[in-house]
Amino acid sequence: MKSEAPAAPHAASADRALGKDTALLLTPPVPRAGWRLLPARVLAMCTVELQKLRHDRTELYTRAVQPALWLLIFGQTFTRIRAIPTGGIPYIDYMAPGIIAQSAMFIAIFYGIQIIWERDAGILNKLLVTPTPRSALITGKAFAAGVKSLVQAIVVIVIAALLGVALTWNPLKLLGVALAVILASVFFSCLSMTIAGIVLSRDRLMGFGQAITMPLFFGSNALYPVSVMPGWLQAVSKVNPLSYQVDALRGLLLGTPSHLGADFGVLAIAAALGITAASSLLGRLAR
Amino acid sequence: MTTDPADMSATPAAAATATAEAAAAHAEAVSCTGLTYAFGETKAVDDLDLGVREGEVFGLLGPNGAGKTTAIRCITTLLPVPAGMVRVFGHDAAKERMGVRRMLGYVPQQLSADGGLTGRENVALFARVFDVPRRERAARVDLALSAVDLSDAAGRLASTYSGGMIRRLELAQALVSAPRLLILDEPTIGLDPIARTGVWEHINAVREATGMTVLVTTHYMDEADQYCDRVGLMHRGRIRALGTPEELRQGLAERKGTDTLPTLEDVFRDIAGSGLDDNTGGGFREVRSTRRTARRVG
Ligand SMILES: Nc1ncnc2c1ncn2[C@@H]1O[C@H](COP(=O)(O)OP(=O)(O)OP(=O)(O)O)[C@@H](O)[C@H]1O
Ligand SMILES: [Mg+2]
Repeated sequence: MKSEAPAAPHAASADRALGKDTALLLTPPVPRAGWRLLPARVLAMCTVELQKLRHDRTELYTRAVQPALWLLIFGQTFTRIRAIPTGGIPYIDYMAPGIIAQSAMFIAIFYGIQIIWERDAGILNKLLVTPTPRSALITGKAFAAGVKSLVQAIVVIVIAALLGVALTWNPLKLLGVALAVILASVFFSCLSMTIAGIVLSRDRLMGFGQAITMPLFFGSNALYPVSVMPGWLQAVSKVNPLSYQVDALRGLLLGTPSHLGADFGVLAIAAALGITAASSLLGRLAR
Repeated sequence: MTTDPADMSATPAAAATATAEAAAAHAEAVSCTGLTYAFGETKAVDDLDLGVREGEVFGLLGPNGAGKTTAIRCITTLLPVPAGMVRVFGHDAAKERMGVRRMLGYVPQQLSADGGLTGRENVALFARVFDVPRRERAARVDLALSAVDLSDAAGRLASTYSGGMIRRLELAQALVSAPRLLILDEPTIGLDPIARTGVWEHINAVREATGMTVLVTTHYMDEADQYCDRVGLMHRGRIRALGTPEELRQGLAERKGTDTLPTLEDVFRDIAGSGLDDNTGGGFREVRSTRRTARRVG
């Protein structure tokens, strides 16, 4: 009786049931060890994001309309008015890095809404039952938001170049631009995923998203230099990662004086803090 | 509280299979002891004892709101439980989360494929997050897709799939990592009879091929009768009856003293509709649980 364990006959019937060599579906993959897990998960999430973009580019195009209008109307008008001290460059050039940063930020802020949607659809739960630590899942999602923002940023850079903004084509500097966009998007997507973990519903998050994007945008140096702001707004700008991103983009794309060391330092710290906060709240979304 | 679940079936038929039970007792795929989980005031799972044997198809049955999904979410590490309550192949779900997750394939109650990706990309994602090495990824993904008959549709976006196809796609997602335990939460809910049969046929074929353990919940008693080796009837957070479908039906026949063998549905009514109940009715709960995410606030 004891020898009649239920496992015995399966190997024989395997070929009959599935027809092919099923050995692969019988052997669990070897777990990736320690530090190699995180980059693998980040890569997986970024791949998914790029695959989705490839299937449906509508969002990419519709989201290009607004920055194009900003540059076209706001940029050209204020270039003629010369009301804002830009340090000698045309205003449209001055604001272009700000608009690039803005469009990347909008994408990233949208990410919290996406994660709630994925929770509602059961997709998040399924991912949480894979060998992916919560911090790795959030890091993966955040960098996926970074990749998506970067694609959007490239579109806006091309629009700006078409409108005659004198941008650098130095590949090293462009690499720096990419890094700044990704780091900032990691932060903004984690900010919205953190709020998602607090409010837990899409409708409320929509409200929050709208309530924070405008202050973040206008409370930064995206449209005007910090020096023309009232004191309280300068304080906002000082703690606003968007300002550091714009400063870095301006320095790299236009060659204006900037503080690249501080900019990248602040963006990296903000990204790390964002990942920590969002990871610790992810459990609430799973319940 | 009984520790040996066989006691609960309370039929002579159970005694007849006692020897077989002793043989199988060595390997428990899932064991819950005193599992309790509450959402605020609601005790969704209340002191649940459950043992799923290696290699069997175990059906967890019960009315809406019985706590099936909650129990499953505890087993899958989605809900935090204290150490010692849930073990999967001997690994504690509280202490060895990663280890437990590596052995699981999980299909949740909702249809949950990503409509923005193709069928193949949906499966490939799960191959990636289960650390399938790149050189065998394509082969594994194709194998999983062909195991559920989706090879032809693999290149299409999942948003174009029918409900039955999405369920089979989810099955492929769960299979690509070669799990030892497949957990399916109402795999046939909302499917037409043909699609239901299709899903079950694939579950059976895969199980036959791989010998994996299957833990499944369903509302359809005919399915449980036909496809499950053993079933547990759950009501208000606890297992109220447990055994093979045959045993449960025999047991009811003897208690009622009838000659004709009752169906599993009769057993279900007997338990879910018995004096235990101040039945709040399935309707509201069903609506509530499908809309839960929309309503759940704070
Ligand atoms: N996230 C939640 N928050 C609050 N209460 C919940 C939550 N999830 C489940 N419940 C409650 O816990 C109880 C058990 O629910 P559960 O979903 O486990 O039942 P079920 O047996 O899966 O039901 P169904 O057959 O409808 O899927 C129900 O009373 C339900 O209302
Ligand atoms: Mg359920």
